Amino acid sequence: MAMTTDATTRPAADLADVRAGVAAVRRRNRMRLALTLGIGTVVAAVFAVIALSSGAASLTPDRVLATLFGQGDRTENLVVFTLRLPRILAALFVGAAFGLAGAVFQAVLRNPLASPDILGVSAGASLGAVWAILGLGLAGAVVSGFALAGGIAVAAVIWATAWRQGLHGIRFVLVGVGLAYVCGSLIAWLLARAEVRQAQAALLWTVGSVADVRGDALALLMIGVTIGCLLVALVSRGLPVLALGDDHATSLGVRSSLRRGILLLVAVLLIAVATSVAGPIAFVALIAPAIARRLVDDGSAALTASVMTGAVLTLGSDVIGQFALPQFTAPVGIVTGLIGAPYLLWLLARTERRGSGRKAVA
Amino acid sequence: MSPDATAPSSAPVGLAAEGVSLGYDGRRVIDGLDLVIPTGRITAVVGPNACGKSTLLRGFARLHPLEGGRVVLDGVDVAEMPRRDLARRVGVLPQSSIAPDGVRVAELVGRGRYPHQGWFGRHSSDDDRFVAEALAATGIADLADRRLEELSGGQRQRVWIAMVLAQQTDIVLLDEPTTYLDVTHQLELLDLLTELNRERGTTVVMVLHELNLAARYADHLVVMSAGAVIAEGRPSDVLTPETVRSAFALEASVIPDPVAGSPMIVPVGRFHTAALDAADGS
Repeated sequence: MAMTTDATTRPAADLADVRAGVAAVRRRNRMRLALTLGIGTVVAAVFAVIALSSGAASLTPDRVLATLFGQGDRTENLVVFTLRLPRILAALFVGAAFGLAGAVFQAVLRNPLASPDILGVSAGASLGAVWAILGLGLAGAVVSGFALAGGIAVAAVIWATAWRQGLHGIRFVLVGVGLAYVCGSLIAWLLARAEVRQAQAALLWTVGSVADVRGDALALLMIGVTIGCLLVALVSRGLPVLALGDDHATSLGVRSSLRRGILLLVAVLLIAVATSVAGPIAFVALIAPAIARRLVDDGSAALTASVMTGAVLTLGSDVIGQFALPQFTAPVGIVTGLIGAPYLLWLLARTERRGSGRKAVA
Repeated sequence: MSPDATAPSSAPVGLAAEGVSLGYDGRRVIDGLDLVIPTGRITAVVGPNACGKSTLLRGFARLHPLEGGRVVLDGVDVAEMPRRDLARRVGVLPQSSIAPDGVRVAELVGRGRYPHQGWFGRHSSDDDRFVAEALAATGIADLADRRLEELSGGQRQRVWIAMVLAQQTDIVLLDEPTTYLDVTHQLELLDLLTELNRERGTTVVMVLHELNLAARYADHLVVMSAGAVIAEGRPSDVLTPETVRSAFALEASVIPDPVAGSPMIVPVGRFHTAALDAADGS
């Protein structure tokens, strides 16, 4: 029953011009995304080559490339494939998961500060892991399971508390911030009453590191993140419409509560899987989408670009943490924290200055 | 003389409310209301603040859950229609909209095409055509690549309307579309809706505050008070001093609009009634 009448009062030539203008905007947006992804890939490749060639046994970049294409000797193969590549893959996939999950949170809750770090999902995962290590004396893969459960549990509590005839972004955020503090306190309490050596292991976990992700854990991470990305791709189609507010979304045929719920659930799972193997790597989920949105600059949630910026940011931070200072190495979570905290302040200052003027309410 | 509301038409064409009840947190605002929207006409809903006119429109648009009754489209309960099918038939301009940071006009208007796109929502050339038409019809064709935050309030409102037009529905519901607009832009907007109605036969339903503009632009005027329709029909039949008094608790003279010939309300307050006093005295 949709009507297909032409706007008969306007001359046809004019309309063709307008149409060309509309197509041009779309083309520009596609180009920006392609450019962002292309540059991201190049930067990631450079970081990867640096990471593969540096370290105790240093290789020249051309040997690294030769080894990657199957021309390496036994030592080179061992160093590249067994020792260094898993860490790089872990950084990329963990980063991709944090980037995408952050972008989904921020888009669905319509709040650029909404990220799993701030909302306590990461803190819940940490609490699960720390409790497993200190409270139950566990180690290894079981700890990841507890982290997974912790993250999901916090998300469920936020959900149950914030839900009131629909999902309201601001209530969700406030409840999440509160729960993050509760988890933080419980972690501090567990650490304070623990033995020093055990506490150190737990503490390291809460910082976040991709140094020891290999084997089954890496495979699980890669599969989990891939599935998560596919799920988001499948359900994110309504996101541009959801971004206009629930009224517009409903009148454009999107069941906003259901769609937002599914998207948040997938994002929580992504975060939980990534956190369970690498710990809560600070700020990536907050910053990566913000950078991605700025690069793409088309008013979209920049999901694809966030996968890229998250991966690049995490790998880059890990490389910096390993090799930037000769006598000093730091886990990736420390570096992202050092980059992220000033960025957060800048973001807050900038939001404050712009006020609500940018949120155009017609 | 003002025809009493109700009496739902048996003809199952167009949009109608049948015994609709609406409320907030258990407080009933509208109780068992019947209203038939004339197809292919412009309907304006007017009434005092808090009379339930916006709530009724939101009920029609499925933005507010019904507590009773049903809204039917061509005889079918809209609650039983697939959402996307309904979205292809009925477009809505709600009172408030959120514009994502940095979004450009053409992109935003393109989001109105959502209900027409398939699961993997690629843009078709039809989409571009309808977006271009909507931009041209709302007179913002030259703003296609501008960011929304760079535009004035009047321009933004036209962008949102263009988005609803791009949705290509034969019914459009608008909740106080002229709020925040100056008088020039109000007229421009109402002219645009009239053009839409005359050229495409689009059924327009709008909640308006400005009584005289409603009387001028509406084919069908619905006057609400305290959650009920107290009068409906042609503006010249409906807009009498009695109706104004009972809906708004306001004394008013009704004279012909010197431009349009439609009824024009001249409200009577406690002061500035010199002409009236002089007439009484003679």
